[in-house]
Amino acid sequence: MIEIRFHGRGGQGAVTSAELLALAAIWEGKYAQAFPSFGPERRGAPVVAFCRISDEPIRIRANIYEPDIVVVLDASLLKIVNVASGLKPNGIIVTTSKDSPEKVKESLKVKNRVGVVNAAKIAMEVLGLPITNTTMLGSVVKASDLVKKESFIPPFKERFGRIADKNISAFERAYQETVVIQ
Amino acid sequence: MAKRVGMEVSIAAAEAVKQANVDVISAYPITPQTHIVEHLSEIVANGEMDAEFFCVESEHSAMSICIGSEATGARSFTCTSAQGLALMAEMTYIASGLRLPILMIVANRTLSAPLSIWNDHSDAMMIRDCGWVQYFVENGQEVYDHVFISYRLGEDRNVLFPVIINMDGFVLSHVIEPIELIEQEKIDQFLPPYQPLYQLHPDQPITMGAFALPAIFAETKKAQEMALRASMGKILEVWKAFGDMTGRYYQPVETYRAEDAETLLLTMGSIGETASVAVDQMREEGRSVGLVKIRLWRPFPFEALKQATLHAKNLVVIDRAVSVGGPGGPVASEVKAAIYGEPIRPSVYNFAAGISGRDVTPFDFIKMVDKAEIEIEEGNKEGFEIYGVRE
Amino acid sequence: MTKPESEWTWKEIPVGNVILEPGNASVYRTGDWKSFKPILNKELCIHCGLCYIFCPDMAYNLDAEGYFISDLYYCKGCGICSKECPTRAITMVVEEE
Repeated sequence: MIEIRFHGRGGQGAVTSAELLALAAIWEGKYAQAFPSFGPERRGAPVVAFCRISDEPIRIRANIYEPDIVVVLDASLLKIVNVASGLKPNGIIVTTSKDSPEKVKESLKVKNRVGVVNAAKIAMEVLGLPITNTTMLGSVVKASDLVKKESFIPPFKERFGRIADKNISAFERAYQETVVIQ
Repeated sequence: MAKRVGMEVSIAAAEAVKQANVDVISAYPITPQTHIVEHLSEIVANGEMDAEFFCVESEHSAMSICIGSEATGARSFTCTSAQGLALMAEMTYIASGLRLPILMIVANRTLSAPLSIWNDHSDAMMIRDCGWVQYFVENGQEVYDHVFISYRLGEDRNVLFPVIINMDGFVLSHVIEPIELIEQEKIDQFLPPYQPLYQLHPDQPITMGAFALPAIFAETKKAQEMALRASMGKILEVWKAFGDMTGRYYQPVETYRAEDAETLLLTMGSIGETASVAVDQMREEGRSVGLVKIRLWRPFPFEALKQATLHAKNLVVIDRAVSVGGPGGPVASEVKAAIYGEPIRPSVYNFAAGISGRDVTPFDFIKMVDKAEIEIEEGNKEGFEIYGVRE
Repeated sequence: MTKPESEWTWKEIPVGNVILEPGNASVYRTGDWKSFKPILNKELCIHCGLCYIFCPDMAYNLDAEGYFISDLYYCKGCGICSKECPTRAITMVVEEE
């Protein structure tokens, strides 16, 4: 079982990200679960969302404390939240940032694999909005091979309807532009 | 073939209500039940479902409308949580006294104060004695399945009781997971249209809800009590029929690695799944621990519970509510009452855990088993504590 | 014919305690509650029907001659008919033992 924790700000789509990842995994025939950190939604406040993916039925319903993958949707969170908290030694951090992966890795003081993409820039250019949820999923797939790229297309189409194609483009660009370092 | 789809559990619940061909939906939105009502109002407004959707001004009215519509023979549905259920409580007793097979989903949430929107079972326990059939489900598939099971059961002329499906708020209601959707033709076969025994109709006037003097009230109460107890046979029969259709068989009490276990955990609701992970971990360490899960809360499954628990030495009951000033948690006190007359029975140690959304991890279950085994060993055989509270 | 409540066993009560016999309240003799009964003076009666309209127990019926007459099986002797009668045709008199 792979456990993924998403860090974002209220309204940025961390929950949507977790949900779309779970939906893509389920679409592939895997078992998956996605849920928000339950509570009143506050736009702009740091929030987390969770996703589990497994080949077996998932029985655990607690929050995720020791993730295999951490996804950060907003670069400003890197400074104010300990995003690496509980991350497994062989875990991965995938984040949006203008900085190089080396610089991000150094500032986080981790030995983990780090994947970096400028998702905010891609989202602004492709979607015209600073919402990085679908963009960052491209980055997650690049850094982890967790779910096949094609598996996102049906859930994207269902969720976004006529703007699905733009989100698929943003996803694809992030996949291409993500740089992963060990 | 059944279709396996990833969806939020609340949406799956609403889809089941649609597939169950419900005639009247009357509900007032309240966290964390909201997504069910929102989705239903949307599908009714879109014309995807031929039902009346009543936007009411309170939960009291929501249940009142269900009572009225069900009395005319219309299949009726509502759902609520916590304070909403409290406001509705008065009418829940009326629905069961009139023997109207309404279905209600309760997305379980803590009763205030302090104000809280998170999950525990204090709302369900408040109306424990309201005379409805009451299920506690464990995952999204069970919520979806039990919509059909509940109507088929409740509407059976040998039952005629309203039914509550308790599903944990947020922990189930707001989670996306795979749900196996059943084909409509199969559902239509499993759940034929409602044929009421008595209904309000101008062609054949009857009186419902007349008052009863002391000279007859006790007889009415005994009739209700005997009928709810007698529904156990039908409950098992409907689950069997559902299992034959889908391959998913349900039991009033389920066990996991419990047969030879010295210590048993006992849970109700969604934490049972997490507890099973803890049991696996403890078994790996060579510990003799198993799990018992109560799915049917009313009528209480006395026989099944005894069968599952009497052989154990320690029974660690995890409650999700506190009977303040009382014997501890409501589940534990029922369990104790059920096994009290047995010459050989386990010691029952009781925790209230996961109060108002406090996360319960596999590690927490292991800690509770550790603590209970020590306490019982030291002679504190019937202890109660609220787990994880900072001293 | 409905039997008295005190004679029903729990097994006989219809599901949901419904009352299956429509209008069985008509069996209930409220007439023996009264201590006064209404007497109509037909010479003063103008057939306005106000007694019939105001009677809270619907005890008044129209007879073949066009007079509204109180059915003493149901009349509780409240006296509202007498109060409302515009020609004072209805008098309340003490019911005999």
